[in-house]
Amino acid sequence: MTAAALAMSELELDALSELVNIGVSRAAASLRDMANEEVRLSVPSVSVLSAQEAAKLLGAREKGNLVAIHQAFAGDFRGRALLIFPETNSLELVRAVSGSDLPLEDIIDLEQEALGETGNIILNGCLGTIGNLLHRSLTVSLPEVLRGQGEEIFNLAGNLREGDVVLFLFIDFSLKKSAVRGYIAMLMDLPGLTSLRALLSDYIDRESSGTSGTHAQP
Amino acid sequence: MQYKVLIVDDSKLARMSVAKVLRTLEPDWLRVEAANADEALALLKTEQPDIALLDFNMPGRDGLDLAAELHRLAPRMPIAVVSANIQTEIVNRAESAGADFLAKPLTEPALAAFLEKAKRRLSEKSA
Repeated sequence: MTAAALAMSELELDALSELVNIGVSRAAASLRDMANEEVRLSVPSVSVLSAQEAAKLLGAREKGNLVAIHQAFAGDFRGRALLIFPETNSLELVRAVSGSDLPLEDIIDLEQEALGETGNIILNGCLGTIGNLLHRSLTVSLPEVLRGQGEEIFNLAGNLREGDVVLFLFIDFSLKKSAVRGYIAMLMDLPGLTSLRALLSDYIDRESSGTSGTHAQP
Repeated sequence: MQYKVLIVDDSKLARMSVAKVLRTLEPDWLRVEAANADEALALLKTEQPDIALLDFNMPGRDGLDLAAELHRLAPRMPIAVVSANIQTEIVNRAESAGADFLAKPLTEPALAAFLEKAKRRLSEKSA
């Protein structure tokens, strides 16, 4: 199976990108309330890549060590969501969400727990919104904090085999005042993607046709 | 009164979705669509829309910059920024650019309230 064989239509990719945009925008509002400062987001990029290409892409963007908060989601479609940022930003992010007046040693103590919780709020917010828009509920695993180089993180999170195809979604975020920046990425393998396509098709129908029922529930 | 609404969003599906809610509320109104700020500004000249509904997060100039520019060029035109990015700073910036803020996904009640306000403003303008 190659990336080309998946051939998602332009409208399907558009719909997916819009879903993720809505999900991440909502999640950014939660992060904004935690950090009490504005969160800036990029326009999402969506591509279907081989696992190797995706790992290379992440490796090429960041040369230093990264921290990633990783959660798997399952339900009518499944995949993995990651909140990734440079390891050098890690304490700064914890400081931003826990209150800046804490002494450094307390922040270091809090780091692992605060990262997990921050990731959980952002990724769950994003996945919850996407699930709601697709009229499906998703179960989300507990957050796991991963550390390593770009390609390693990707392989740790993805558990991918050579030749696997992944849907790779990427949005940059940054906090306006603190020097914190990172990405949100979602990975889905071929079976996950196949189930998602059917739901996307229903979503496109609901959003684009009919004259009423904007609040319709399944 | 039949008005013409400019819908701007880089996502085609998002434009279709806004158009659907608008069609439900105002089936006779006209719609023109743009995928970015430049297209929107070109349509402002050629189509002279009465009302604008703008996405926030777009490549190139974002919806807030576009709102400010449209407000400068057509100060009486009712404008709403439609975004899932409900951060206080974004809502405040929309308001200071002379636009209303509507949460995405757009619901009928939210759009209806904005359109009622817009119609009142447009009828005052033509009176």
